[in-house]
Amino acid sequence: MVLAFKNETFRDDFTFSNSPAAIRRFPFPFVEDKYMYSVNIEPHELGPKGSVYEFPIDIDEHYVSEMRDRALVLDADPGRCQALPHMITAQWDMLELLMTSMARDYPEHFSLTRDGNQWHWINRPLGIDHKFTFGDVATLPYQPMEYIGRQCQGDFSIQDQRDGQLWMDAGIITTQADWSLDFDVGMNFFEWHAPVPLAHQAGVFDRALKFLLNMQHGRPVRRLNWTMTINSRLDTSPENYHKWGIDRTTVTPENVGDKVHLRVELQALWRLPRSNAILFSIRCYMIKMRELATVPKWGRRLPRVLRTLPDEIADYKGLTRYRQTTIDWLSKYDDGAPTSLGGGPD
Amino acid sequence: MTTNQIRVRVAEVETVAAQIRRLKLVPIGMSGLPDFSGGAHTILSIPDGERTLRNPYSLMSSPYDTSSYEVSVLKAAESRGGSAFIHDKIREGLPITISAPVNLFPVDRRARRHILIAGGIGITPFMSIMRQLEHDDVPFELHYGMRSQERGAYWRQLRETYGHRVHIYFEDQGQTIPLKTLLDGQPLGTHVYVCGPSTMIDWVLNGARDAGWPAENVHYERFSAPPPGTSFTVELARSGKTVPVGPHQSMLEALEAAGIDAPYLCRGGACGQCETRIVSCAGAIQHNDHYLSDAEKAAGDKIMICVSRVDGSTVTLDL
Repeated sequence: MVLAFKNETFRDDFTFSNSPAAIRRFPFPFVEDKYMYSVNIEPHELGPKGSVYEFPIDIDEHYVSEMRDRALVLDADPGRCQALPHMITAQWDMLELLMTSMARDYPEHFSLTRDGNQWHWINRPLGIDHKFTFGDVATLPYQPMEYIGRQCQGDFSIQDQRDGQLWMDAGIITTQADWSLDFDVGMNFFEWHAPVPLAHQAGVFDRALKFLLNMQHGRPVRRLNWTMTINSRLDTSPENYHKWGIDRTTVTPENVGDKVHLRVELQALWRLPRSNAILFSIRCYMIKMRELATVPKWGRRLPRVLRTLPDEIADYKGLTRYRQTTIDWLSKYDDGAPTSLGGGPD
Repeated sequence: MTTNQIRVRVAEVETVAAQIRRLKLVPIGMSGLPDFSGGAHTILSIPDGERTLRNPYSLMSSPYDTSSYEVSVLKAAESRGGSAFIHDKIREGLPITISAPVNLFPVDRRARRHILIAGGIGITPFMSIMRQLEHDDVPFELHYGMRSQERGAYWRQLRETYGHRVHIYFEDQGQTIPLKTLLDGQPLGTHVYVCGPSTMIDWVLNGARDAGWPAENVHYERFSAPPPGTSFTVELARSGKTVPVGPHQSMLEALEAAGIDAPYLCRGGACGQCETRIVSCAGAIQHNDHYLSDAEKAAGDKIMICVSRVDGSTVTLDL
């Protein structure tokens, strides 16, 4: 598939928008008219053509602009990319997984030629043509995780597995929904999930950890997570809260359609073969309320979900200030008709 | 199937010591086998008439050469079929299936130094682990105890490959691993690993605890074969099916023989994948796994169907 890459921004003038095709393929996360935490993990199997699940690694029209934004974030704050020394094998595992997936599934844009450890990588959209030795860091301009992370949409963290736990010991995180790699690096699965409300009591994390510890190579899994973001800002990090936190006070009935975005993370988990670590990809998709309402089912469902959302979850996700304003704006799209099960458009 | 299956052919069968055979497995219809990390195991599924025998074996070949895998099989004194088949019936050329590798015995990559303690056939995971440590240029030493020269496998080649880092001990010559000295005075950042008979694992775990080692620095791999027992019946609460379990069969094997696809990974009571809820039980539960805590075992509402069984008439499972 040949993609037409948009030239747009995720800061300052916020020129980001979705094409009609990008709206149709948006991974709307609500399968019914209400939402509650669950262990909503499913096999990361190939999905329908054109969907975000068509390939293991999804590249879309925002690729080039997102990579430009990532470079700006890393220049301003190198702490967004960190790897503890024992994660070097896992970094190479990640590079291999992403390069082989991207080259196989988007041959018009990426190519990878391997002769033993001598690799030749071409990234046409970003104008990169590079020969390097797999396993030899000195032949790359960055460490392997940062090198490929600067060329692939989505945040990535790598979890080391030991002592019956997962440890977040590496990551490249620049498009996060208000969590900090610099704060979490070195933490275990329960520690970095500690702030999440309600789910601990439900035993969600105990079950999820046991499942992840037994994950097998070649059998990746995925789930969707979601929040909302004001303006199309990818970098909603705690480090930059002073820049974007105040945006939540700027929502008015007049600007909801353009300012308020549903932010969905397609989270996938892969067992890495040589390191036995687990790669976690967090691929972020944003959609404006005005774009979302062009799909009648979503326009009906989202106000219903927001209305019935438990207050703890709304607070945790940072929606409290603008939740009612958004519900009011969306309600004109909810004619009360029943909605079909599942997240996709009717 | 709960695990990815790979078709391979038995390319070589070699007797490497008394009662120990090495198998070399090459892929069928693929150019290479999946990458893996040192300490990983695979489960061999071997067709034997009407039955399929499924046993876990550590991968002992190099993680850096996945054109083939190698495993070693000790003929069990009371074989339940798998090891006897491999010793008595298996021939070069036989096609079998194996599971994608799973690693329940990985090294701690933060360690500055690794001490590996092997007993008998417990050497096998360390064969791939040592390749990895050598590749990563991390200091290690191996202490390998065997019954005798005849019954010990690979000790000559290990000594040749790794030189002074390999220490071997023959029981019939009165040699024993100097555990106390070994555990004493190691530098910070040292990790110790043990694989061998259950008594040896306990010996090392207790020794490390008494010497004040932090539990996170002590690693072991303990696979159990499902112990035999008396016959009983499994009732499946969800499907309403009833499955008889023979004295030399595990519940998992009985369910598989009845065409039921139950979850598993290690088949040795270590990983927790086959944990199943007990609805009711007429008889005493015999927990043989290393996964459930003592409190969970005492509660009696969960069972690992790969190795545990019931001394009684019937157990009803939430399956």
